[in-house]
Amino acid sequence: MVMMSTGAIRPDQVIAEATMPVLSVSGLTTSFLRERDWFPVVRNVSFDIAPRETVAIVGESGSGKSVTALSIMRLIPKESGRSDGRIMLCGRDLLTLPEASMKDIRGNDVAMIFQEPMTSLNPVLTIGFQIAETLIQHRGLSRAAAEAETVRLLDRVRIPAAKSRFHEHPHRFSGGMRQRVMIAMALACKPKLLIADEPTTALDVTIQAQVLELLKELQREEGMSILFITHDMGVVAEIADRTVVMYGGQAVELEATSRIFAAPSHPYTSALLAAVPRLGSMDGRPRPMRFPVVDKVTGTSDEPVETADTVSTAARPLLEVSNLTTRFPIRSGLFGKLSGRVHAVENVSFTLRAGETLALVGESGCGKSTTGRSILKLTEPDAGTVLIDGQDVLAMSGRTLRDFRKHMQIVFQDPFASLNPRMSVGAAIAAPLLANGLATASQARDTVADLLVRVGLTADMAARFPHEFSGGQRQRICIARALALGPKLIVADEAVSALDVSVKAQVVNLMLDLQASMGLAYLFISHDIAVVERMSHRVAVMYLGEIVEIGPRASVFGNPQHPYTKKLMAAVPVPDPTRRATKREVAYDEIRNPVRAPDYQPPTRQHREISPGHVVQVWGEEWSG
Amino acid sequence: MARYVLNRLAQAVMLLVIVSAIGFAILHLAPGGPLSQFAASAQMTQEDLDRVTRQLGLDRPLPIQYLDWLGRMLKGDWGKSYRDGDAVLSVISSHLGATLELMVTATIIAVLLGFWIGITGALRRYSLFDSLATVGAMIALSIPTFWFGLVTIYVFSVTLGWLPAGNRETVGDGSFLDLLHHLIAPAMVLALVETAMWGRFMRSSMLEVINQDYIRTARAKGMPDWRILTVHALRNALLPMITVAGLQFPALLGGALVAETVFTWPGMGRLFLDSIGYRDYPVVMGILMFSAIMVLIGSLIADMLYAVVDPRIRVG
Repeated sequence: MVMMSTGAIRPDQVIAEATMPVLSVSGLTTSFLRERDWFPVVRNVSFDIAPRETVAIVGESGSGKSVTALSIMRLIPKESGRSDGRIMLCGRDLLTLPEASMKDIRGNDVAMIFQEPMTSLNPVLTIGFQIAETLIQHRGLSRAAAEAETVRLLDRVRIPAAKSRFHEHPHRFSGGMRQRVMIAMALACKPKLLIADEPTTALDVTIQAQVLELLKELQREEGMSILFITHDMGVVAEIADRTVVMYGGQAVELEATSRIFAAPSHPYTSALLAAVPRLGSMDGRPRPMRFPVVDKVTGTSDEPVETADTVSTAARPLLEVSNLTTRFPIRSGLFGKLSGRVHAVENVSFTLRAGETLALVGESGCGKSTTGRSILKLTEPDAGTVLIDGQDVLAMSGRTLRDFRKHMQIVFQDPFASLNPRMSVGAAIAAPLLANGLATASQARDTVADLLVRVGLTADMAARFPHEFSGGQRQRICIARALALGPKLIVADEAVSALDVSVKAQVVNLMLDLQASMGLAYLFISHDIAVVERMSHRVAVMYLGEIVEIGPRASVFGNPQHPYTKKLMAAVPVPDPTRRATKREVAYDEIRNPVRAPDYQPPTRQHREISPGHVVQVWGEEWSG
Repeated sequence: MARYVLNRLAQAVMLLVIVSAIGFAILHLAPGGPLSQFAASAQMTQEDLDRVTRQLGLDRPLPIQYLDWLGRMLKGDWGKSYRDGDAVLSVISSHLGATLELMVTATIIAVLLGFWIGITGALRRYSLFDSLATVGAMIALSIPTFWFGLVTIYVFSVTLGWLPAGNRETVGDGSFLDLLHHLIAPAMVLALVETAMWGRFMRSSMLEVINQDYIRTARAKGMPDWRILTVHALRNALLPMITVAGLQFPALLGGALVAETVFTWPGMGRLFLDSIGYRDYPVVMGILMFSAIMVLIGSLIADMLYAVVDPRIRVG
């Protein structure tokens, strides 16, 4: 078409124009000032992004991937950081531009979206204002024209009733919608390059699928290039044409995405890929399986085996939960009148055997964490019974309950927040022993040393403080603390969700080993279905406070029945570029919340047994169509 | 919103009753009474004194006196001054103008100066300016207002002779310039502590805001620095200042009392001290109630303002 209309341009010129990269980064080194010395965080990184191409930078925390993105935007603080090398955007070297010209490029030629949709929008300005502002600044549009264009943009990112929502503030929008607002803002000036820094990491999996699909669609329409930063190989496989793998500040591999997955050349890439849980990889295996351990230097891997059968065959399950219901009142008005209830857990029943892992999966607000807390009586349930070894936990109180707690422990999601920074890890692990008067100080010291070794650390680490450890090590410490009292049941509330891929695999392996050696029962609460598939015997899918499907893991994932289970599984990104769907059907609906009127009567549910132990709730009209 | 205000007003009435009861008790616990002035005079006989006591109703038991006073207050009768028989409200209102003049001027100085120091300090954190501002604020906060007032009088009035040592106006003059000339010293003294407070609060508020993700978003959009500062950062940084303003108001009233005394400023603070000296119960109680009402209204306005300015908060 170009050649037809402009005969004066020679074919080779057209080719040069078409293949000239939008962004060309060469020899980028970004250093930060730490105590008067410059420490390189990104070292000699080079890559190109062609027009309409999506390049992913993948790596774990601290690998320098976000710093690379911020260096391109020149958003590194001048006083403490500096970038060397060349960053060419359409033939202009960004690193040599004066700050004033850089301001014209930001948000105009290169736009950026961030990980945290909840905090990335200004809370006191309307979303319309925040989008229109960009148009007024860069395009010189009038207020009225900018408003009209903003409404059009909001429509394009599928914000319903865009015109009326223009004047609303960010707190009225859900996380997924805020990220779509961010996308609208980024695309306002039709940038040549969009930098997306972990844009879906904080979102639920069905919402992640929406945002990815939207980005792909907008890219097709606008013809922009995307630099996509992520730690999630599944997302990489889903979206990227080419992939840069970063490790320790260096780009260790740069290849077409399909080649990276098919034949990784760098040992680190092999290690990373081996640690990625893949939904569907466990077909036909009833028991959990360890992740393969790959040496990051040599690339050699051990052969993971299915774990031994750890599930107890005793007549009575360790944990029996029946008709558990937890509701939170919402009060408002002058006298705190009850205006509604959050039905966080609604009539939930299940059992868990010693040595067994039952996973509770579901999205934000489905009640999976509240279920875990209610069982441990950390939250007071409204109704139901919880039996551990036949003893009613909910009937206990005071001293009895405290004594009984040694049988049931919990590991939380955030290893940074769940350890007291002023307490040495040895003291933290020994605390439950000493508090319960179960050991003398010297006995506790021995137990701590033993536990640290068990979780893969060394005994001499007991004297150190939490800040001296990495996230993965801290989570090991939290597990050691939970093990200190010799519990039978451990509630793992998103215990591996905040960890990097390879660390996550190690902690999962550790938990499997401990289960085998100590016969622990895990209630594994997670939103990450691929990890759940790897490590659980049985699965319960929760939706709006209820278990909609429960059964042996192989049966539930191999033959999902409930529409929500199917929807959830379809939304999980598959870390295999060859299986990438060309266009996925994505419904732009929101995750519903379980807030009900005070007089709400939950419907009586019917259940159907699909195969032995695999039970599904009979669903109604709301799921048809 | 209307319901919220009503709720708060009901709370405020209860608070006022409690404040008045405590104030009334303390006032009567103090030794001496309205009659001790007269008692010093040789012409007053014991009979006269008893008669006045009966006339003022001071012979009744204290709880009865309090309930009597409360009953009149609820009907809107603030009582009459023991000293000259003027209505309490008119005595207060005749002194109110001077106090407001001092407080408003000091607040304007303190807010403008404090915000400027705070914002500049936050943007250039750990710079020389920031360090000086920090040390300066520490000094200003530790100097007692009355001492600073006396030093000001000594330096600018006694030694240099630039400013008048007290009063609101020169007798017989009273032009705008003359008023301004008298206002400078007390307003500066009152503003000093306030400036230091506002500067510290603004600095920490601003520091928190400029490290937020949405400021990074604004920079990534290519917004000019002044726009990021005024539109994106300042609006968020000012939100907590509303609460600070509500909390600062009582401190400002207290400071005004001291400053007025040092500079013989004819305002409510002076009136209050004089009335206490005379044991002029109705006036003291009147000023107490008036200040308490002002403070409560101030904090109510601050909370309502918060709801208006911060879209996330909707009181209801």
